[in-house]
Amino acid sequence: MDTTDVSAFPLRLEGDAIPMVSFKKVTKSYGNLVVLDSLDLDVAEGEMVTVIGPSGSGKTTVLRMLMTLETINGGVIYVDGEPLTHMERDGKLVRADSRHLRKMRSKIGMCFQHFNLFPHMTALENCMEGPVHVLGMSKKEARERSEELLAMVGMAEKRDQHPSRLSGGQQQRVAIARALAMRPKVMLFDEVTSALDPEVIGEVTNVIRRLVAEHNLTMLMVTHQMGFAKDISDRICFFYSGRIEEQGSPEELFGNPQKERTQQFLSAVKEAS
Amino acid sequence: MFDWRWDFTFEILPRLIVATGNTLLAAGLGYAIAVVLGLVFALAQRTPFRPLTMVVREAVEFIRSTPLVLQIFFVFYVGPQFGIRLSPWTAGMIAIGLHYAAYLSEVYRGGLESVPKGQWEAAKSLNLSTARTYFRVILPQALPPSLAGMGNYLVGIFKDTPMLSVIGVAELMHTANAIGSETYRFLEPFTLVGIIFLCISLPTAALIRVFETWVRRKLGLG
Repeated sequence: MDTTDVSAFPLRLEGDAIPMVSFKKVTKSYGNLVVLDSLDLDVAEGEMVTVIGPSGSGKTTVLRMLMTLETINGGVIYVDGEPLTHMERDGKLVRADSRHLRKMRSKIGMCFQHFNLFPHMTALENCMEGPVHVLGMSKKEARERSEELLAMVGMAEKRDQHPSRLSGGQQQRVAIARALAMRPKVMLFDEVTSALDPEVIGEVTNVIRRLVAEHNLTMLMVTHQMGFAKDISDRICFFYSGRIEEQGSPEELFGNPQKERTQQFLSAVKEAS
Repeated sequence: MFDWRWDFTFEILPRLIVATGNTLLAAGLGYAIAVVLGLVFALAQRTPFRPLTMVVREAVEFIRSTPLVLQIFFVFYVGPQFGIRLSPWTAGMIAIGLHYAAYLSEVYRGGLESVPKGQWEAAKSLNLSTARTYFRVILPQALPPSLAGMGNYLVGIFKDTPMLSVIGVAELMHTANAIGSETYRFLEPFTLVGIIFLCISLPTAALIRVFETWVRRKLGLG
């Protein structure tokens, strides 16, 4: 339920350089536990933002709210200028109906920590399911596109395998291809390497590196791979108990963190690795 | 001592074999109703529409908590008082189909709950419709863990078909009883009924296990 009045928020964002994703005073809580506390965060089109922070700091919740897997309790999220979980009715923002949610969801793709591939479908079928049945592509077109994407993630030869026959790294690469097949404007990566064996992490991070280098996708990533985050991100946000404690370019944040909590977190992570 | 008469046995066997056909038909029809209706019950309990959820849940509980034979009597004998006149076959199929639908809905519920949450989230992130999510993503994964339970109830419904004899459905038990009343010999007909049930139940249970493995492989679930 909305606990705050959303009438103060614009019906849509307008102007020349509107952010692709914009959180405006977004609050999320479970009972008394506040997970996100009045979050403001803008992500520009084509920007790669990485969210880091201790567990329970609300970083995964940010991504899950964008994918509409979690409701929000207050504030408004804008994606591509339009409110995500609200819609306009009689000049006011009201809770979005399922049609609006489906329209907005089509702009966003997500990859999960545990891949969540459909186990009874082959790699190719996993990638074709959405394009055929949601985007209404012909089977032929969807197949061509899915094969292209599977080739891009280096999984062309395994396209007819079921997930149970693939390693974790391979499954995650298929999951990335599956999400891309929906042509999202925003891609979300939720700890995509956390469930992987160390030796296969590279094959997934390399795919994401290529995406960053070759495509103009807006991306939000939650990760514990600090080196990887430093290499590819345009900006790093350090979350601490539901707020952005500090943010900046990778050089600023990793090289010269200003806040004490950021320093503590980074040195703890450094010691562990 | 035993007074087993082989000539009598062979004389009544054809009648019992015909009745076996009726038993199989009753079990098959009843099961088909139960499989479909059970799924409807299970899915209805998952809709966000609370009143429907509650009504279906209570109905399932009610059916599971009362004896099948009472339900058969109720549909057949009480129905006419409300103007619903049904043949023994129709009444029997409705009663036994409903009864097993209630049990199967619980089997499906377990199967549905065994599908990991991540599968729902992946379907949502791909923007699949609710119907597509159920029929293409969730149910195929809920089916294999449900098959053992479904198989048990297939054997169960088969063994419960004799209850239909109480309203005059001419299945095995009814026929054996009729033979007994006509000839005053009960040993052979009832023994044969037992043997026939055994000869069908045992291989069915084994076949279900084979089928379960086959479905898993077919769905690529290993």
